Amino acid sequence: MMKKFLFINILLLFIPFKSFALIEVDITRGNLNPLPIAVSPLSIDENSRKNFEKILQKDNLGSEISIIVENNLKTSGLFNPLDKNAFLQAPDIANLKPRFEDWNLIKAQALITGKVTFKDEKLRVEFRLWDILAGKEMMALAFTTVPNNWRRVGHIITDKVYERLTGEKGYFDTRIIYVAEEGPKTKRIKKLAIMDQDGANNKFLTLGNELVLTPRFNPTSQMVTYLSYFRNLPRVYLLDIETGTQEVVGDFPGMTFAPRFSPDGKKIIMSFAKDGNSEIYTMDLENRIVEKITNHPSIDTSPSYSPDGKFISFNSDRSGYQQIYIMNSDGSNVKRISFGKGIYGTPNWSPRGDLIAFTKLHKGKFYIGVMRTDGSGERLLTENFYQEAPSWSPNGRVLIFYRETKTDANGDGFSAKLWSIDLTGYNERLVKTPTDGSDPSWSSLLSN
Amino acid sequence: MNRSIIISSVLHLVLIMITAMSLPFLSKKPIDLPPIVSVELIQITDKTNIPFAPKAKKTIEKIKEKEKKLVSEQAPPKKVKKVKPDSVPMPEDKVKKVEKIKEDKQNPEKIDNEVKQVSEFEKKELFDPNNIAALIDKSKIENAETINKTDKVTQDQQKNLENTGLSLSEEDALKAQIFGCWSIPLGLPYNENLLVRIKLQLKPDGSVIKSEILDHARMNKPGQGFYKVLAESALRAVKLCQPLRVPSTGYDRWKELQLNFDAREMLEG
Repeated sequence: MMKKFLFINILLLFIPFKSFALIEVDITRGNLNPLPIAVSPLSIDENSRKNFEKILQKDNLGSEISIIVENNLKTSGLFNPLDKNAFLQAPDIANLKPRFEDWNLIKAQALITGKVTFKDEKLRVEFRLWDILAGKEMMALAFTTVPNNWRRVGHIITDKVYERLTGEKGYFDTRIIYVAEEGPKTKRIKKLAIMDQDGANNKFLTLGNELVLTPRFNPTSQMVTYLSYFRNLPRVYLLDIETGTQEVVGDFPGMTFAPRFSPDGKKIIMSFAKDGNSEIYTMDLENRIVEKITNHPSIDTSPSYSPDGKFISFNSDRSGYQQIYIMNSDGSNVKRISFGKGIYGTPNWSPRGDLIAFTKLHKGKFYIGVMRTDGSGERLLTENFYQEAPSWSPNGRVLIFYRETKTDANGDGFSAKLWSIDLTGYNERLVKTPTDGSDPSWSSLLSN
Repeated sequence: MNRSIIISSVLHLVLIMITAMSLPFLSKKPIDLPPIVSVELIQITDKTNIPFAPKAKKTIEKIKEKEKKLVSEQAPPKKVKKVKPDSVPMPEDKVKKVEKIKEDKQNPEKIDNEVKQVSEFEKKELFDPNNIAALIDKSKIENAETINKTDKVTQDQQKNLENTGLSLSEEDALKAQIFGCWSIPLGLPYNENLLVRIKLQLKPDGSVIKSEILDHARMNKPGQGFYKVLAESALRAVKLCQPLRVPSTGYDRWKELQLNFDAREMLEG
């Protein structure tokens, strides 16, 4: 019996079984083309349209909001909003149930629809995001707010769509503070100015009597710190954007540079020269205690915290010429991280924590670039005659900086403009401002 | 005396009014920024992602009818279909119905590899995509038969290939096609393990019968937002790309395929 069993087993070993292993194909590359998206005008009923026309002087608020969404998506460089003239379905019907075949026909991969209503003196906007290829709704949200907030609603919709389709938070419902400049190069009038990230709602915050420099947003609130010269002495100010109140943090001796907030917003970090030596200091905003962080005979400037607050990046010429260094937040364990050719400056730690943006001067040209926090993977994103001061969008994907043009032999032709570029280095854009601008700083998201 | 007092007091009054109106602190305005008013967010997906309301349905139907009328004016008359029933593709509705049947049969909960390694013979009994293709369109019968025939002819020669998978050039052709269709979500972190594995069941022409994310449970787990975004982008790529550029022979080899989408290389730059 046992022998029979063994024999069958051995026989089974020799019978050829046909095996079909599942074929696996690794897809490790894709395209970086902007995603084709259709932004259908938000539908609006006649009664609401009339009410909004009376309050906001906008003929069709639904269309206006959709234009904001469309412009935001376009400037991000990640989306390609399709031409509205090609849309086959009316906005009100599309919002209820899109005919996916129609949207597929114009090569849309995603669709935004929505509805605007006037209800209890308030603006109610609902919107839906559809996956055209899968034929399903991906997201649906409704917002209620005062009618004057309509632009922000457009920005918030973009943030939600951006997050759903890219996986990271958006940066559209944000503001940018910068130094507005006017007049000839030798007699520049500099004012503090603020605007929405798309350039709308530009407002001047100071009159231009005093020189203002390096405004920086608090990462946790709508508070700004900046430097102003009062009777030729540098003075650090705190300005609450929401209330308009302003206070002096302190007068500091010698050259003071670029005050910046800590990630929790409780401290200011800056550099100033005491006894002829520039060091990095922090100031606790509650008790105003100043603490010295670096202690080296070289010039240490431009400090910037990592988002977890554990490290600080800064400039130093301790190796002979200006390079980027990082250290622990208490000043210990100083390490040089930039080793490329040229001079490095204005390091700025990304809110994502993975990269440090910088300005580099090499062979008479200025570059804006990024490197990993250990100094590896240096990438130069843009090159120009003069440009500096990169500031991160709150999601760590886009940088805003300023660029100056040469003056001609007569001293004319000088200008300073704000520019933005994303991490791919391809999507470079001029940020339109009513006057010249420099030293931009991006706020955190207004709605979280 | 009185006159001069009156003149004096009037002039004083005028002076006070002018001063009051032109004093800078009175005219100074606070920063005129749009207020940051909270925006109420409501999830309406659950409430609204249902078959649409009867009123809306009526309006949609009316519009559809109108559009149908418009389309019917331009569309070829029905007679044409009767004249050439074989060469003209069948109406979409019927195709969809057939596809649904296929999916139902093909989808008896789980057909994992490990569950049952059904022999080819049994598989054909359960489901033969060529036969269904033939039901849809007679012209495809010929193709299907030729595919079967060629399979029979080359079966012996291709035994090795069947076990090894696609040849390099076949794989490259497929990869190149999907590379073009896959829009990588650029916001994903490059230092996380985000590998999306999609199992496909294909028709002989390379169109997709069924696509299934192998780690589907991960899609809806909290904190896996990035994975979900990547998985959705991969599914879009497959849908956009179909029919896939598969070899013209050896359907048995590649009728089931697994695509592993990994964006790390691209995101890392």
